[in-house]
Amino acid sequence: MSSSTWILLAATGDPEQTGAAWSPYLVGALIGVLSWFTFLISNKPLGASSAYARVSGMIGKAIAPRHTMSLKYFQDNKPKVDWEVMLVVGVIVGAVIAAWTGNELVARWVPPMWEERFGGAIAPRLIVAFVGGALMAVGARLAGGCTSGHGISGAMQLSVSSWIALIGFFVGGMITAMLLFNT
Amino acid sequence: MSEAQQDMPPLTDTNKTRQLLWGLLFGIIFGFLLQKGGVAKYHVLIGVLLLRDFTVIKVMLSAILVGMIGIFALQRAGMVKLHLKPTRYLANSVGGIIFGIGFALAAYCPGTGAAALGQGNLDALGVVAGMIIGSFLFAEMSGWIGRNVNPIGERGELTWPQLLHLPTLPVTIAFATIILSVLISLKVAER
Repeated sequence: MSSSTWILLAATGDPEQTGAAWSPYLVGALIGVLSWFTFLISNKPLGASSAYARVSGMIGKAIAPRHTMSLKYFQDNKPKVDWEVMLVVGVIVGAVIAAWTGNELVARWVPPMWEERFGGAIAPRLIVAFVGGALMAVGARLAGGCTSGHGISGAMQLSVSSWIALIGFFVGGMITAMLLFNT
Repeated sequence: MSEAQQDMPPLTDTNKTRQLLWGLLFGIIFGFLLQKGGVAKYHVLIGVLLLRDFTVIKVMLSAILVGMIGIFALQRAGMVKLHLKPTRYLANSVGGIIFGIGFALAAYCPGTGAAALGQGNLDALGVVAGMIIGSFLFAEMSGWIGRNVNPIGERGELTWPQLLHLPTLPVTIAFATIILSVLISLKVAER
């Protein structure tokens, strides 16, 4: 297995040089169909960000149980392994399978586009990724969801909240990305 | 238990353990699709924010279009219930913008970040750690936000048909037409 891994890695196209392996229209349509089944079978929309909040609550509960459970958010959303946590774990597994079968599996700390602009050092990239993650978590909890929960699932249900949040995602994101990369 | 079951659409699996496994299975399919769609990649995700690469738009709008048609058909047939996040004008917009700033810094969003990690973009570990700490920071503020931010422009569960006082079907058709037009324009513009 390890030798085949090596061959796969060695033979790959670099995923950061290529775009979508499958038609993005087809992939989007299939995600739409997947949503039908999550509604039908699990009575739930696709959504990713709340999984991180559950894990956060579980860690908090292990370290400072009384304080963690005094917080309103964790009283309303009990820290536990739930459907969304399993979904996000599944996403990691599914992406491994997709990258493996598509010869796009890598092990890399700094994406080439970042490296070209900010250099190849790992620490700055990780710090910015961490700060970005923290802001996304605060923003998603405040808005009520992320790119999946609002951007796809909420938007398809014609929820007003989701279209407002989705516009916010792109407004905040485009301004920040252009400040970072357009010089 | 029986009351909870009555509240559920007909095909919902009520077994809790099996439901977790369904979550895992749906996640595997979702992650597989995200990676194949190219949206686990740094340059594709930053590319959309710089208006250089429209892969993300194609994936999202196609998902919204197909999902919307199916969900409203199934809802009409009484087979699914909608799950709407409350509309709160201030929280949705400010939260959305904060999320967007974080998204540009991270490049991976919560779902695509998990997919990026699976693909081997290890910088996504920084995003995952940030998401976990950020969630706790939000929880620290959640009481105050609940009292002071959420009530501003609070409208509860609200859909476009409700807001516009129009029946669901024509609004769905209008959204489908607009989304389809954007998708076709993108396709034509690339030629």
